Amino acid sequence: MNTNHFDVIVLGGGAAGLTAGIYLSRAKVSTLILNEGMVGGQMVLTYEIANYPGIEQTSGYMLSLTMKKQAETFGCVVKQNVIIKDVNLEGSVKKVVLSNNEEYTAKAVIIASGGSSRNLGIESEDTFKGRGISYCATCDGDFYTGRDIIVVGGGNSALEEAVSLTKYAKTVTIVHQFDHFQAFEHAVEAAKQNPKINFVMESTISGFYGQDQLDFVKIKNLKTNETTDRTIDGVFIFIGYMANSTKFQNKVHLNQRGEIPTDEKMATNIPGVFAAGDVREKQIRQIVTATSDGAIAAISAIEYIQNQ
Amino acid sequence: MTNLEHVLTAAQHKEVIENNENVMICCGRMGPMCIPVYIAMDELKAEYPNIKFLDMEFDSPDAHVIRNAPECSRFMGLPFTMYYKNGKVAKATTSIQNKEQIKAILDQYLAS
Ligand SMILES: Cc1cc2nc3c(=O)[nH]c(=O)nc-3n(C[C@H](O)[C@H](O)[C@H](O)COP(=O)(O)OP(=O)(O)OC[C@H]3O[C@@H](n4cnc5c(N)ncnc54)[C@H](O)[C@@H]3O)c2cc1C
Repeated sequence: MNTNHFDVIVLGGGAAGLTAGIYLSRAKVSTLILNEGMVGGQMVLTYEIANYPGIEQTSGYMLSLTMKKQAETFGCVVKQNVIIKDVNLEGSVKKVVLSNNEEYTAKAVIIASGGSSRNLGIESEDTFKGRGISYCATCDGDFYTGRDIIVVGGGNSALEEAVSLTKYAKTVTIVHQFDHFQAFEHAVEAAKQNPKINFVMESTISGFYGQDQLDFVKIKNLKTNETTDRTIDGVFIFIGYMANSTKFQNKVHLNQRGEIPTDEKMATNIPGVFAAGDVREKQIRQIVTATSDGAIAAISAIEYIQNQ
Repeated sequence: MTNLEHVLTAAQHKEVIENNENVMICCGRMGPMCIPVYIAMDELKAEYPNIKFLDMEFDSPDAHVIRNAPECSRFMGLPFTMYYKNGKVAKATTSIQNKEQIKAILDQYLAS
């Protein structure tokens, strides 16, 4: 038996991929989950999950460990921290090649590669990561006690985290590209009521500067194109998420936002290729919708294999 | 909570870096920026048998040996990750690093 051949390969081990792994393996379908990064995906970024039915409260890390264990108990093989070099999704045998040139084949593939936080696309952003730029208020907020900080973004995460950062920071300036917010009204109100928070609208950050740590940023007014320098201790960036689909460009149909359109059975435009979770074109991105997608994709993949 | 050996005291920290040629210590909390680093370290143990991989709780009083290290004076993102060669800091990083980034540091600073 070729140990690198499986009935189904699942690309991505977040809530959607792990659920697919549970359903497939429990149905005695040989399954390999290949995950770039650590298993759990965005769940691991969540300290506290209080809206997953049946579990009053847990951390995202614990929930993902339980899902992984469930999948493995049924015989699913899970490989994390791999890098996908190439995928061939056409034909009856699909192939995945890793960066170490290991090759895996399968009759069907489920793409469950989820989403990643957007960055501003400024070269110096990575240089100041952990030296003035942060993506996690809960992790790094206390380093900014008594300091002046900026929060970039206008969605729920940005406004909620801006309010939570006022526990530590002296002032919080929200920089947002539009003249209105995308967040829920109650989140906007909470931010507006907070005396430590002020707003710079229709603007973005166009550069980060400093020696060993962030000293100042350039803020560009998107209406006038005027740029001003602002001395700042820290910048927290919450500008949303985008689908992890660059590796599937020209392999499967993507919409303009890079998401994979599917039908109700999670089938893509390629026979034997399914998509599940946040990488899919859909409205509501939550753990419960990702697990639902994963279960449907798994059952559809089983059906596809049986009909081959 | 992690599968790594834990450094609990400043004395143990001293003992570990003095008695092992290559040491990597991740000093953090059980948060989203730290957990991926612990997991990557756990996976790298087998690949780098000559390196000792440990963690240290950021909020323990004795973690001042890392929190207050000169190499970390500008750090403002968890975890603080230290790479020691012959008892001296060879490299220090702040915030999350993925497995490939960690491997690149191990190969450049410790593996040789
Ligand atoms: C900060 C935060 C808080 C949240 N809070 C909640 C909450 O309280 N409740 C709730 O229900 N939802 C919450 N969500 C949303 C929820 O976490 C996501 O909708 C859900 O986890 C998505 O799961 P997924 O499996 O589709 O994708 P992901 O979780 O993104 O997992 C995809 C996995 O695939 C990997 N990957 C990427 N590219 C590839 C590739 N080419 N090949 C293989 N693997 C790849 C990624 O590294 C990742 O591990 C939150 C999200 C965030 C960011």
